[in-house]
Amino acid sequence: MSAGLLRARELVVGYGHGVCQPVSFTLALGECLGLAGPNGAGKSTVLAALTGGARIFSGTLNLDPVVSVSLLEQHPPNLGECPLTGRDLLTACQALSRPLPDILAPLLKCRLDRLSGGQQQLLRVWACLGGEANLVLMDEPTNHLDPQTRQSLADLLHRGRQGRGVMLVSHDREFLVRVCDRVVEVMPEPGGPGSGAGRAS
Amino acid sequence: MNGLLDAMFLDAFLTGLLLAPLAAALGCWLRLRGEWLSSLAYAQLAGAGGVLGAVFHWPVMAGAVAAALLGGGLKGMLQHTGNQVFGFMILLGWCVTLLVAANHPAADLAGRMFLDGQILFVGRTQLWASVGLAALVLTIMPLLSRHLLRQRLQPAHYDAHRQGLRPFMLLFDLLVVLAVALCALVMGVMASFALVMLPAWLVWSLASHWRAAWLMAAALALLAYCAAFYLSLVLDQPFGPVLVAVLLCLLPLRLLGRHGRASGGQRGDL
Repeated sequence: MSAGLLRARELVVGYGHGVCQPVSFTLALGECLGLAGPNGAGKSTVLAALTGGARIFSGTLNLDPVVSVSLLEQHPPNLGECPLTGRDLLTACQALSRPLPDILAPLLKCRLDRLSGGQQQLLRVWACLGGEANLVLMDEPTNHLDPQTRQSLADLLHRGRQGRGVMLVSHDREFLVRVCDRVVEVMPEPGGPGSGAGRAS
Repeated sequence: MNGLLDAMFLDAFLTGLLLAPLAAALGCWLRLRGEWLSSLAYAQLAGAGGVLGAVFHWPVMAGAVAAALLGGGLKGMLQHTGNQVFGFMILLGWCVTLLVAANHPAADLAGRMFLDGQILFVGRTQLWASVGLAALVLTIMPLLSRHLLRQRLQPAHYDAHRQGLRPFMLLFDLLVVLAVALCALVMGVMASFALVMLPAWLVWSLASHWRAAWLMAAALALLAYCAAFYLSLVLDQPFGPVLVAVLLCLLPLRLLGRHGRASGGQRGDL
């Protein structure tokens, strides 16, 4: 196994209080890890904890000190009408350092506000994968995607994960099983809408 | 056209020639950040500062720039990107300007300058200040632009890296404050606001990409400025309202952008 990027042991995260049951996972370069679980289980909060946006209530989280993070948000900002193109997006996010997948090439010249939600999502995904970050975190990347575009997303992930660790959060377990090396279940704290401890499948 | 080249008005003309495209280009970044109303706030505060400066026998430009900087500092301190804080500044600037102007003859004169935008009275000091500002904007904006765009497109990036975006934002606010204060002093409060707001609004639907957007906004502002300068001279009208009228006349251009979208010719293949 290649160098470890992060290791979480019995991690409980949240904002005012812990929202998930203890969860453990590791991620190494070249790996793709999925976080699955019911709504409200705290999957996105685990990602937020990795970037300092949420608190760690118990357990440990060790992040490689040289890690460089790129994050796809679950709810990207709605730009409305705006004269920004796919190329503007990738340039601003410094995501043109890797060869561009063919599927994205036609979108570079198009204004983002004239693209479908799925097309925008693919560009946003590559805005994270096309740069130099060695840890890519993606929160619900399958949002807005029809089955055909999900396949395109899977291709992008396969292509973009080389030489880095990728961590996906999704309620779409089937997609995670398809594209990830491992899937970890995140369960809500007792009393929440689920039960059971974090486990790898 | 002789009026434009007349040595008597050359400093005034050149000053506006520098400021108009700068204000319009900065207006694109302000619009991107949803902060276009800040231009009216800073302009109104600049007016209040200029009027107060006249009362205390300070240079009007110093008073205007200082008041606008105070407004920019307040916004930076509050770290508030919404329009509420700008609304308060507009009201504060407006009431201070009118109340002080109503009670002091020198302030009344300065207040009229900010209201009418009498660019023909502009001299060498304002010209050099504009040259300095243009140099500052042209040097700093290429460094700031990518951060401003990324902050809008991928806001979580800076949180994820625990990387402070604040210095970039403060620097951008400083450029905007200086540009708007100078514009308000030279062309009037409302003309300054119109230069920041209207060209950016126009190009938002017309431009095919970001660089084209701010270049088009600058070009439109430049054209409108030249036309307004000529018309205000020929028709003997106050410059500020003439410039606003010219810019308003350009608004139908936006319909071209709607047409382009309806054709759907730029959609991707996916």
